[in-house]
Amino acid sequence: MSRIKNCFDKLKTGNRKALIPYVTAGDPEPNVTVPLMHAMVNAGADIVELGVPFSDPMADGPVIQRAAERALEHRVSLRDVLAMVTEFRRQDSHTPVILMGYLNPVEVMGYAVFAEAAAQAGVDGVLTVDLPPEEADELVVALKSQQLDPIFLLAPTSDDERIKLICGAASGYVYYVAVKGVTGAGNLDVQAVTDKLEQIRKHTDLPVGVGFGIKDAGSAAAIAAVADAVVVGSALVQKVEQAAGQHDRINTEIAGLLMQMRAGMDA
Amino acid sequence: MSQIENTNEPLIGQMPDNRGHFGVYGGKFVAETLMVPLQELQNAYDQYLTDPDFIAELDADLQNYVGRPSPLYLAEGWTRRLGGAQIYLKREDLNHTGAHKVNNTIGQALLAKRLGKTRIIAETGAGQHGVATATVAARLGLKCVVYMGAVDITRQAINVYRMKLLGAEVVSVESGSKTLKDALNEAMRDWVTNIDDTFYIIGTVAGPHPYPAMVRDFQAIIGREARQQIQQQAGRLPDALIACVGGGSNAIGLFYPFLDDKDVAVYGVEAAGDGLDSGRHAAPLCAGRPGVLHGNRTYLMEDDDGQIIETHSVSAGLDYPGVGPEHAWLKDIGRAEYVAIDDDEALQAFHDLTRIEGIIPALESSHALAYASKLAPGMDKDQIIIVNLSGRGDKDIHTVAALEGIEV
Repeated sequence: MSRIKNCFDKLKTGNRKALIPYVTAGDPEPNVTVPLMHAMVNAGADIVELGVPFSDPMADGPVIQRAAERALEHRVSLRDVLAMVTEFRRQDSHTPVILMGYLNPVEVMGYAVFAEAAAQAGVDGVLTVDLPPEEADELVVALKSQQLDPIFLLAPTSDDERIKLICGAASGYVYYVAVKGVTGAGNLDVQAVTDKLEQIRKHTDLPVGVGFGIKDAGSAAAIAAVADAVVVGSALVQKVEQAAGQHDRINTEIAGLLMQMRAGMDA
Repeated sequence: MSQIENTNEPLIGQMPDNRGHFGVYGGKFVAETLMVPLQELQNAYDQYLTDPDFIAELDADLQNYVGRPSPLYLAEGWTRRLGGAQIYLKREDLNHTGAHKVNNTIGQALLAKRLGKTRIIAETGAGQHGVATATVAARLGLKCVVYMGAVDITRQAINVYRMKLLGAEVVSVESGSKTLKDALNEAMRDWVTNIDDTFYIIGTVAGPHPYPAMVRDFQAIIGREARQQIQQQAGRLPDALIACVGGGSNAIGLFYPFLDDKDVAVYGVEAAGDGLDSGRHAAPLCAGRPGVLHGNRTYLMEDDDGQIIETHSVSAGLDYPGVGPEHAWLKDIGRAEYVAIDDDEALQAFHDLTRIEGIIPALESSHALAYASKLAPGMDKDQIIIVNLSGRGDKDIHTVAALEGIEV
């Protein structure tokens, strides 16, 4: 059974929701990432989303753009990110790891080569932000042949037809982008999210994660009440940025915020 | 040309397919939030493309506001100097706002109006598209925000001021390489945030479907006019077409109506910057490889990790690491040939045309002119080349002067 399915099944039994932190791999420098992943798991993360840095992160706001720029100063490549996952797996064989990024680095490596290398490294799912299901057939086949879950985005603009299409292509979970905008933007409208999740669940039994606009324990708890998973990115990456130069602070700052969120979600 | 000669299928109207693909290129590579807005744009475009009222309004604007048709001018002095084929210039520099860009912004702004959008955004490199967008927004009373790389803002100060005079807000983009590609990223981020009231006018034949096809169709008036004008003036079709290619909108506009005229050779000229061997250039078709950026699959300037690399050209409008997907397709099927001209060659052509014909060309267009000056001497005197003079060079005067150590 896939780590992702296993994770959601276990959470369901305990009547808990998944906490999914995102950090950009290699930010602010490569050796920070693996210890940070372990620290996040210890602080209550159920799944880790690892951002693959890209030079042109069109769907990201300034916080995650700057994170990618910091990582790229160290020339952190997709292969480097896979090596980080390999290292993470030496101590953690159960926490699912999702790669989140843009298509071009995957395209340049080649779909089949990437899927095999990702599976080998211990990756569980892949979310390519700029790859809607219409263009994804070939990558989905490559991922599934390696038992990797293709994760797709849903948006406030997605209508019934698209929700059906996306949920049909996805496995593992689907990721609802709660705000029209880029990462780190806007304020959550919990009622609107609740309504949209109801619409999405008419079309799928997959767990639904919600991200964009979740910044603290309060917003995490509000979303956890209606979604299967809470994704938090920019709020964490901002902490990395603020602690840059004092790397020992990064793990404690991020773990601190995640523990607050975890407590809020479990209360 | 072999793949073309083996088939009688017309190329015009063949691409893109209904999902926006030009062969393996093009498509819609965007985050989910934009998929429905792009479909709405496609639906509106399909509807109005054949709507007599829309076409009548567009035609009237192109004639009375832009000043079309633009002349096709036989550059006799320059032709004599080069001593070969006759060179005709398609004078897009004489359009209102000084370049071909307005052909497209007029069309898209009319669509925006019909869709009830109240806010227009655009990206710009040299500033020509920004000016053309600010111009139509002013005329239609629409709010206008133009994203421009900080580097380009410095080297195109005149166009920045023109946009401000026209009432546009010019946003300096400080991320990445601070040029056109980053301006496009930022405009996309704005669009995804403000899709309810905002229409994004992309300035070139790149981006997600339907932009490459839509912008091509608005620019194809260049080639339709030129095809008619050359038959009136010379009694026959040309032997070669030449246009510069950054994103490639002026080039596709000239080329498209000639694609099925198999005896007409088609040359797209990319910016070789300091030279293709230097690595400092902006020539993805000549020296790049396929990848995915800005919503479409096309040839890109990228490194082995799939990161987009910085480009270089003396011409801000060609300083872009990608290219329209239709050009990628035309290259692969062999219908068009893509070549590159470096900064020095372009500057030489800039001076030559200015001194010999009394026309100051844009640095972008100077790349096409420079290639004509290489091609023409090897051709017969009764042969004909049409060069797309896509814009006028007033905006570049400070750049050229600075390169020559002159303070203006």
